[in-house]
Amino acid sequence: MSETTTLISSASETPSRQAERIITYAQAGVEGVREEMRRNPDIFYIGQGIGPRGGNFQQSRGLWEEFGEERVRDTPIAERAQAGMGVGAALAGSHPIIDIVFLDFTLEAMGEIVQQASTIHYISNGRYKVPMLLRAAGGGVRSTGPHHSHTFWSFFAHIPGLKVAVPSAPADVKGLIKTALRDENPVMFIEHKGLYNTKGHVPEEEYLIPFGEARIARAGKHVTLVTLGMMVQRSLDAAAKLTESGISVEVIDLRTLVPLDKETIFASVAKTGRLAIVDEAYASCGVSAEVAALVAGEALDELDAPILRICTRPTPHTFSPSTDAYLVPSVDRIVSEVADLVGKKI
Amino acid sequence: MVLIREFELKAKEVFRSGRMPGFIHVYIGEEAVATGVCGQLRKDDYVASTHRGHGHALAKGISARDAMAELMGVVTGCSGGRGGTMHLYDPTVGFLGSNGVVPPGILIATGAGLSAKLKGGDQVAVAFFGDGGSNNGAFHEGLNMAATWDIPVIFVCENNMYATEMPFAKATKNTNIASRAAAYGIPGVQVDGNNVLEVYEKTGEAVARARRGEGPTLIECLTYRWFGHHEGDPGVAYRTKEEIAAWKARDPIQKLHDDAIAAKLASEQEFKQIDVDIKGELEDAAEFALSSPLEKNETALDHVYFNPAAD
Repeated sequence: MSETTTLISSASETPSRQAERIITYAQAGVEGVREEMRRNPDIFYIGQGIGPRGGNFQQSRGLWEEFGEERVRDTPIAERAQAGMGVGAALAGSHPIIDIVFLDFTLEAMGEIVQQASTIHYISNGRYKVPMLLRAAGGGVRSTGPHHSHTFWSFFAHIPGLKVAVPSAPADVKGLIKTALRDENPVMFIEHKGLYNTKGHVPEEEYLIPFGEARIARAGKHVTLVTLGMMVQRSLDAAAKLTESGISVEVIDLRTLVPLDKETIFASVAKTGRLAIVDEAYASCGVSAEVAALVAGEALDELDAPILRICTRPTPHTFSPSTDAYLVPSVDRIVSEVADLVGKKI
Repeated sequence: MVLIREFELKAKEVFRSGRMPGFIHVYIGEEAVATGVCGQLRKDDYVASTHRGHGHALAKGISARDAMAELMGVVTGCSGGRGGTMHLYDPTVGFLGSNGVVPPGILIATGAGLSAKLKGGDQVAVAFFGDGGSNNGAFHEGLNMAATWDIPVIFVCENNMYATEMPFAKATKNTNIASRAAAYGIPGVQVDGNNVLEVYEKTGEAVARARRGEGPTLIECLTYRWFGHHEGDPGVAYRTKEEIAAWKARDPIQKLHDDAIAAKLASEQEFKQIDVDIKGELEDAAEFALSSPLEKNETALDHVYFNPAAD
């Protein structure tokens, strides 16, 4: 399993290899789901527009044609029913995929996710399990505005009993969604709507990427950037610019929040002595707070500078194209703040 | 019905002695609903229940020992003491849980029914909920989805006229819950929820329909809880003593007794023997629950996640 991860990590750093197959993030997700639905007849897929339309983001394209309308079902606009029925189906031995499509609308189903799905295995003393995949796209892209841009991953990471994946690279989407569908716990699989059309090398063969293993997206020695989702590419772009000023940046893509790969973070900080966390979600009580607390609590001696958090500024999401770019961390802002952290003027 | 009645009386007794943790909602007065409905179910059918779920659990086949121990929060309970009164679970009898929230059982049962349908089985699922639950959005989402997809589920509304303290007539314009079935294009039937034979008969029709693949039915059972919303609520601030007395006079257990005696289907001696046997069963269950140990800290972190290597 770790060999596969290694293969993917090195592959994403050398995207020009000729034999590589390049597909989109959305296609990678479809491929992972398709392979698992072929393998496990207990998996079914319900959501809004995921049938003949193939998903708002083309995240289920072709599944309805292959598996039919019994196993791939369009639902009414009823997120709570989707999630609650997912729980019931899971208790009865199915493995539902519940596509909420937009992360924002998981709020409509929060009681079923938090009060039912996450708790039943524990409070039944292990007698029931709740294998279900909750799929939703988070984050903002091109003025998706107040109700279609939310970044709630920390909500779910806060809840014992849920696992949480936030993949950034196409190859990770496939490997992680396959792992999620073999995991018999409720898994929040949070993709990013701004990444669905991005492309990358995705192996055609079957592979799994374990949860709880972060990916070192770029190696460096002066500062560690811990990030996830859409911010991985921005961090890599920032790292490329910072290199021009002699600042070597290590970028860590968390890939999953639950379980969280603390060891990779600690090892990197031990090497660089500086930590910045770049998150499209808000700083307060978020992933950046959690990572900062872990490093402060367990690896403080490795730090040569205060921990820096680069996060979306705390306002509701705006439609305004100009201030949207100001509020959400940009490449320039990452460059500027990281340069300050290492004490260099750019 | 007698088992449920005696179970609840014993639970009240233990609760009032101060030995039972938490708080309980007892089902006394409504026994005919759980009994009549679950009497039509197979062991592999599913039930999703409510906060007032002891009766459903017993009627579906959880033993008095397992249920009473769970109320006491001890390791021998059906949920290992981790769930308590509102979280009874037992996969061996298809009991998908009582619930602390109103009314996600509607959705959970619908999902279990969908699973059965997709797996090609002929099991049905039952969702119990109250008049309070019928005014919650999950009622609409669940009934609409189940009807649209012909899911084998029976929605059993226990209309005991009060959502906690809210009189149903003040909570909705249309107080005939069964009539709402028309909105979803499914059958709706209102029955005397204190008449176990009527509940049994109407449930039988709904179960047969569901097993034939013809979809859900909504059954509204008119009934009444004799006591407050939970132990400690006298239940009289929002209900008159006359109303309570009138419903106690319509005791579902007494009715079955009187009807059976009149029809010469059972003797007084047989009824007396049931009482004796069940009282003994409950003494045993209480003794079992009160003498069982509490969970130790060493296992408190187990089962947060299912782990095939450990489970």
